[in-house]
Amino acid sequence: MEFAELIKTPRADNVVLHRPFYLAVEGTLCLTGHHLIFSSRRQDNAEELWLLHSNIDSIEKRFVGSLGTIIIKCKDLRIIQLDIPGMEECLNIASSIEALSTLDSVTLMYPFFYRPMFEIIEDGWRSFLPDQEFELLTSVTDEWRLSCINKEFSVCPSYPPVVIVPKSIDDEALRKVAMFRHGSRFPVLSYYHKKNGMVMMRSSQPLTGTNGRRCKEDEKLINATLRPGKRGYIIDTRSLNVAQQARAKGGGFEQEAHYPQWRRIHKCIERFNILQESLIKLVEACNDQSHNMDRWLSKLEASNWLTHIKEILTAACLAAQCIDREGASVLVHGTEGTDSTLQVTSLAQIILDPRCRTIRGFESLVVREWLQAGHPFQQRCAQSAYSNSKQKWEAPVFLLFLDCVWQILRQFPCSFEFNEQFLIMLFEHAYASQFGTFLGNNENERSKLKLPQKTMSLWSWVNRSEELSKFQNPLFEANSLVIWPSVAPQSLQLWEGVFLRWNRPSKFLDEAHEEMFNIIKYNKELQAKVNALRRQLAEMETDDRMQENL
Amino acid sequence: QVEQVKLLDRFSTSNKSLTGTLYLTATHLLFIDSSQRETWILHHHIAAVEKLPLTTSGCPLVIQCKNFRIVHFVIPRERDCHDIYNSLLQLSRTAKYEELYAFSYNPKQNESERVKGWQLIDLAEEYKRMGVPNANWQLSDANRDYKICETYPRELYVPRTASKPIIVGSSKFRSKGRFPVLSYYHKNKEAAICRCSQPLSGFSARCLEDEHMLQAISKANPSNRYMYVMDTRPKLNAMANRAAGKGYENEDNYSNIRFQFVGIENIHVMRSSLQKLLEVSGTKGLSVNDFLSGLENSGWLRHIKAVLDAAVFLVKAIAVESASVLVHCSDGWDRTSQVCSLGALLLDSYYRTIKGFMVLIEKDWISFGHKFSDRYCQLDGDPKEVSPVFTQFLESVWNLTEQFPQAFEYNEAFLLQIHEHVHSCQFGNFLGNCQKEREELRLKEKTYSLWPVLLDEQKKYKNPLYNPDFSPELTLLEPNTVSFNFKFWRNMYHQFDRSMHPRQSVFNLIMNMSEQNKQLEEDIKELEAKIKRRNGQSDAVLMKECQQSTHPAPTALKIPPCFKKEQPLIPVADAVRTIEGSNTADNRYSEFVEEFSKAEPAVVSLEYGVARMTC
Repeated sequence: MEFAELIKTPRADNVVLHRPFYLAVEGTLCLTGHHLIFSSRRQDNAEELWLLHSNIDSIEKRFVGSLGTIIIKCKDLRIIQLDIPGMEECLNIASSIEALSTLDSVTLMYPFFYRPMFEIIEDGWRSFLPDQEFELLTSVTDEWRLSCINKEFSVCPSYPPVVIVPKSIDDEALRKVAMFRHGSRFPVLSYYHKKNGMVMMRSSQPLTGTNGRRCKEDEKLINATLRPGKRGYIIDTRSLNVAQQARAKGGGFEQEAHYPQWRRIHKCIERFNILQESLIKLVEACNDQSHNMDRWLSKLEASNWLTHIKEILTAACLAAQCIDREGASVLVHGTEGTDSTLQVTSLAQIILDPRCRTIRGFESLVVREWLQAGHPFQQRCAQSAYSNSKQKWEAPVFLLFLDCVWQILRQFPCSFEFNEQFLIMLFEHAYASQFGTFLGNNENERSKLKLPQKTMSLWSWVNRSEELSKFQNPLFEANSLVIWPSVAPQSLQLWEGVFLRWNRPSKFLDEAHEEMFNIIKYNKELQAKVNALRRQLAEMETDDRMQENL
Repeated sequence: QVEQVKLLDRFSTSNKSLTGTLYLTATHLLFIDSSQRETWILHHHIAAVEKLPLTTSGCPLVIQCKNFRIVHFVIPRERDCHDIYNSLLQLSRTAKYEELYAFSYNPKQNESERVKGWQLIDLAEEYKRMGVPNANWQLSDANRDYKICETYPRELYVPRTASKPIIVGSSKFRSKGRFPVLSYYHKNKEAAICRCSQPLSGFSARCLEDEHMLQAISKANPSNRYMYVMDTRPKLNAMANRAAGKGYENEDNYSNIRFQFVGIENIHVMRSSLQKLLEVSGTKGLSVNDFLSGLENSGWLRHIKAVLDAAVFLVKAIAVESASVLVHCSDGWDRTSQVCSLGALLLDSYYRTIKGFMVLIEKDWISFGHKFSDRYCQLDGDPKEVSPVFTQFLESVWNLTEQFPQAFEYNEAFLLQIHEHVHSCQFGNFLGNCQKEREELRLKEKTYSLWPVLLDEQKKYKNPLYNPDFSPELTLLEPNTVSFNFKFWRNMYHQFDRSMHPRQSVFNLIMNMSEQNKQLEEDIKELEAKIKRRNGQSDAVLMKECQQSTHPAPTALKIPPCFKKEQPLIPVADAVRTIEGSNTADNRYSEFVEEFSKAEPAVVSLEYGVARMTC
């Protein structure tokens, strides 16, 4: 298919661009296969807007006489308006945008066409390989092994080719366990707590069904992670009710009788359309400036967004608590083990592991616990807050995770190497990107699409020092402690950087930020200077003393 | 003195507590825990004491403070508890001004320092700064002996064309005699903010002198012939007042006025609003939705927004239309003070400095007779007179500091400290209801002023991001008052609930850093001077050396001293970075264990770190 077929009118002149808090700009609009380009073409300060078609969430058109207006709502929550003279031109452009922003085939997406303008120092596709992760692990424990059982994605389609499992469990047993778990997602290692040797594992629900099936190998597998005489905790991210109902569909939960050493805790975390609706309601509330206080607060409440944040954070804290304070191992799962499970395991690691609070460590966490763990990004992030499609598989699961990280970052502003911009950047790229990183739903799909060969990795771009400097937190000072966030409603806040980003001028806040940055920079300079002077003085003193000795 | 008393965490679900000793002094309640940390509570801060039913561990005593601290003690013996309860009830209630702490408080200042302290804020100086008296405005001596209005200050500024009979006539037509006077004069626009109380207009009464008075005000502004009259009450309230012979200005009777209601609720609504807010924020195990709906039902943020919206309206009239504005409510000492002071704060960057903010409070709140004593219940009085009007003003300012982080010289701690002392009765400033009463109490002779104390410790209250060039003098701030900009002021309402705050404070860190930067700058100067001096010396030495023969120096000696010197460089920053949350004695993580599934037997309940079976 040629993109040209979809572009009925490639360019329009005298188009007026409206954005909140900016003056309207007149210029030329161009459509290409992957971008909507607006250029003011003014000689003095040419302004250009490049918008990826895949960033467009929905589009509306209106007409007043022959003047057409297109309102474009983006997945990053921005809304822009284009006034296009000429009804036919406007209709053509609108339908082209609509077609180009809803392409079916992944291989037509921009990452397959994007050619980087920067020098690649490190190939991001090879930056976070499971073998490296395992090497780190072997330096502290020898109870685990790397299994290649899923080499051809033959055992579990949503797992990566290699996984970490207890040493005492052989591949034959793993195959049997896979049969007993939803989508074959057998329990694998998610996190090893160096401080006390406790572990966190994740899986999907066991297929106990109504007649209480059991699987000896499954029991053996998870028991292998327990110390003699110690208990473990299973954190089920569904309510007890939901878990019980799942039995009717062949799913279920671990029976006490068969897992006597494990205690099960149910923590209800919502999924799917409930989350999507929550996002839609929240964004709606944030976008309406006319709300009076009561209406704003009741809309914020009705969105339930912060409730979801609290639920997820609470479950993650609980998992972290079991590991760090109880000295117990933990298994986390929900139904498929690809959504709420990953929220809990990844946030627990941020609380427990200082490495995950560095830029590199956080990237590695996203790769391990989200990309390789098979969170279906392509399905979940197909649409964002302005979607009308209401598909069951669309849900802001990853955005909620980022929001939770932001909440912890706000409470511990000095403990993270990255800043808020880093999280916002990940949010944007998860929904629309020139990089292939978030394409596909799992490693299996990614390898079939040959993404590492055909597209550029987000990490190749981010991990260059020019980009990194934008995402570094100047306040960062390594903090090796476990950080316990507060989940009281008074402590949780709306993530303004994402949800109010386009709704209010940020000039004053940005300037204040810059000033803060300057103070820190100045402080470092002064310290360096004082040190240099002291050294100089000390050298002089030594010289003098030597002189005297002579 | 009672020993073995336990102090419970207000929000913790576990039974964790600090054990220590409780002391009662003449002015304070003091709790010292086993690690020698002290908690001081001023008796004047105590709003309510409550004894809860006896438990196995002792007798619980809950003390609610006016600065929103709530402490929960458990006292082992009931008799002790009862004694403390009774003593506190007596101590926290004061019937006479002379018994207040301010009259016994002595900060070790001598007499002349005290006198100087009271002279720190000079309102005549402040009016001069604004540019009055001038061709259109003059100081009136009409109220020199508080004859016209008891609740106004002696010195009042009025239009030059307003003669004494007009003033007297107008004051008779205004509730409590509070006739229109100048509150703020805008030099560049030649426009004024004036304040008064409601007119005694009833359904049809009019008063020519009052009409002249308003005309005099609008004529005193050469750049605009009409003026605004802002009634800060909801229209319905103002209309209801007409039945009592009060009311609002009839546009037909006054020439060239534009009349506007802005709808701020009265003190009773505000009191119950705060009450509701505190009930919600004090709930244990609060869900997000209960919090948000409680916040909404309390109406608190709605009221804050209304106050700020009114100030924005006033500022627009002055800055955009160069029109003078007359502000009133019922008596002109609550809502009027809020709107006038916030308006001036938005218009004039002087009020965004530490000293300027003191002046603003002194002018629009203290001197114009905001009834601090009644509103903040300093004496045992009518509970219906209590209302957090000044608190709302501080909260509005806080909201502005959030929107304009570089526009204010002071920080949140400054606002909180002022709020603390409105209740503390430790200094004379906020005692009494009006200037006349303060003079009668001879506060300037018998008590100390708060302002020099705050100025002395202003290091603590400085905003490190403050940029004086951010808004040059008389450039207005234009706040965005869309609802989502208003936030719950956690540091006010949960100031003492440490577990809710961010565990690392960016603000403190930056503050210490900019302090440290100053120190470092000095160090550099000093070091450079030393090096220079040494260079001079060593040049001399070198000269000598050249004359003698030189030997190669043993290199091993060269290294050590310089490195030792680098290490103890920054003790300040390190201290800030301690993280309260992460020691094992932390109470925070018990929050997570509240909702363990209990539907099924043999499900574990984690309670404060110990797993127990709940079968």
